[in-house]
Amino acid sequence: MKILAIDTSNQPLSIALLEDERLLATTTTNYSKNHSATLMPQIASLMARVGLKPVDIDRIAVAQGPGSYTGLRIGVTTAKTLAFTLDKELVGVSSLAVLAKAVHCEGVVIVPLFDARRENVFAGIYQEKDGKLITLQSDQHVALNELCAELKKYQQVIFVGKDTKKFNAKISDMLMKQNVIFASSELNYPQAYVIGLLALRKCPVEIQNFVPNYLRLTQAEVQWKKKNNGSSFDEPLVEKI
Amino acid sequence: MNSDKKELILAFETSCDETSVAVVENGEQILSNVIATQINSHKRFGGVVPEVASRHHIEQITLCLQDALSEAAVTYSDLDAVAVTYGPGLVGALLVGVAAAKAVAFAHDLPLIPVNHMAGHIYAARFVAPLEFPALALLVSGGHTELVYLPEPNRYEIVGETRDDAAGEAFDKVGRVLGLTYPAGKEIDELAHKGRDSFDFPRAMLQEDNYDFSFSGLKSAFINTVHHAQQVGQKLEKCDLAASFQQSVVDVLVTKTVRALHAFPVKQLILAGGVAANQGLRRALENELTHFNEVQLIKAPLFLCGDNAAMIGAAGYVAWKNDVSAGLDLNAEPSLEFPWVKGAVK
Ligand SMILES: [Zn+2]
Repeated sequence: MKILAIDTSNQPLSIALLEDERLLATTTTNYSKNHSATLMPQIASLMARVGLKPVDIDRIAVAQGPGSYTGLRIGVTTAKTLAFTLDKELVGVSSLAVLAKAVHCEGVVIVPLFDARRENVFAGIYQEKDGKLITLQSDQHVALNELCAELKKYQQVIFVGKDTKKFNAKISDMLMKQNVIFASSELNYPQAYVIGLLALRKCPVEIQNFVPNYLRLTQAEVQWKKKNNGSSFDEPLVEKI
Repeated sequence: MNSDKKELILAFETSCDETSVAVVENGEQILSNVIATQINSHKRFGGVVPEVASRHHIEQITLCLQDALSEAAVTYSDLDAVAVTYGPGLVGALLVGVAAAKAVAFAHDLPLIPVNHMAGHIYAARFVAPLEFPALALLVSGGHTELVYLPEPNRYEIVGETRDDAAGEAFDKVGRVLGLTYPAGKEIDELAHKGRDSFDFPRAMLQEDNYDFSFSGLKSAFINTVHHAQQVGQKLEKCDLAASFQQSVVDVLVTKTVRALHAFPVKQLILAGGVAANQGLRRALENELTHFNEVQLIKAPLFLCGDNAAMIGAAGYVAWKNDVSAGLDLNAEPSLEFPWVKGAVK
C-alpha cells in the first residue's frame, strides 16, 4: 500500500511517501509557517522525485490535531480533498501521538505537548507496550498545572515536543525532578514517516465527516453557550440554499 | 479551434460565510451552483465570526464538491480548469477553498485559475447578458462598496470606493439598532418600502469631487436619532427610520454612480454584490438610467447577488481565456484589491 502522509499541525511541515512500512521519500521543513503556499508544491515535487502520480496513492494520512487551527485546516483540507477527489482512503492521526511514537521507550509514560498559551497545553499521555503505542489519556487542552498533577502518579515521564523547553523549569518544579526526562531535540519535530506508520494500522475514516481535532470550541461558541445555559441551537447551523 | 467546444470550469468560493462549488460551461451557463450558507450559525453571534466560518467551510467543502459534480452530471475528466477565490475575504475561510481547489487541480492535472472575489461579483451579471466593454460596475456588499471601471475583458480598475464602512455593513449595524436579526438587509428593504424618508439623514461626500462613498456619518446619525428618542421616551416609526436610512444610502450610491457615468462613458452599467439585491437601489438605478440612452443596465440576478461559486466560474473563464493561471503555491490574499484607475487619487 502506498501512503502519502502529511503534517502541517504546527510550524514544521513534514511530508512522507511510504510503501507499506518502507519509506520512499520524505521532507521536513521548519523555516516558515506559510503552509498554504508550500504544502502542495512540496507534495508535488516529492511525488515527482519518486515517480508517483496522484492516482498511485492508496491512502492519505494526515495529522488531524491538535495544533495551530490554520495549519490543521490546510493539512486536513488538502488531505480530505485529495482522498475524496481521487477516491482513496483517508486516515487521521493525532499530531501528539506522532511525537510519542518516535520516542520508542518501552513501558515509560510519554507526554507529547504543544503550547496552547496562557499556561495551557495540548497534551496526551502515551506508553509504548510491545512496540505498540497505547493511549493512557486522550489528547486534551489542559492547564499545565493540571497536567502535572495528573502525572504525579507515574514513576517516570518523558516529555517530548519543542515547546517543552519553555516549560522545562515549571515542569521540573511541579514534578519530582528525578522522575522527569526531556526528550532530545531530534525527537521534538514531527516526522510524517511516523504518521504513515501509525496510519498503516488504522482504519480509513468517512471522508465527508472528517474535520480537524481542534480540542477547543471557539471563543464565540463558549460565550454563546454560557449565555444560553448550555442549551443548543434549534436551527441547522449550515444549510444548502 | 472548434467553436462548439464546451469548456467546463469547476469553481470554489469560500471567502466569507458561504461554502460554494459550481460547474460553469463556457463562462456563461450554470450547470450547478451548490451553496451552503452559515447564516444560522453566525446569527448566534450577531455577525460573522471568522474562526467559526473557517470551521464550517472545512465541514462542507467536499460535500459541496460532490453535489456540484453530481448536479451538473459531470466527472473530473469532463473538466477543463479549476477556478478559486483567493481574495479578498477572511483569510482562514479563503484558505479552505484555495487548498481544496489546489488539491483537485493537482489530482487531475487541471489548470488552476485564481479569481478576485469582486471580479466574481461583477461576473454574476454575465448570466444575464454578455458583458460589453467599456463597462462600469457598482459593487455593493457587506464588505465592499466600490465603483469599478472595466476598459476591456479581465481588466478591473477602481474608480471610487468607501472611505469607511461598506454599505452592507451599515445595513447590518442599523439593523442591530432596530432590533432586527442579522443579516438585516432584506428586512430593512421591506420596512423601507412601507415607510417615508422623513428623518433627513446626511448624504455624505456628495459635494466632493470624487467617486468615493462614506457611510459612517449616516450610521452615527441614525444611532443618535434612535438613542435620543429612547432617552426622551419618544417612539419612532420603524418603517420611516428604515426608509430614511435606505434612501440616504441609495442617494449616495446613485449620485456617485451617475457622476462616474458622465466621466467614464460606457456601454453597460453592472449592479452586483449582496446589497445589489436591495429593491430600493435597483429601482433608483433603473430610474436614473433612463437618462442614459446608450448605457445598458445589467443587474445581477437576485439569486446570484450573494456569494456563490458560479460567479467565480464566470470570472475565472474570462481570466483563463486571458492566460491567467496560478501555480500550486497559490496563497490566500485577504486584502486583495483591484488597481486604481489611471489618474485617480486615492
Ligand atoms: Zn461577496
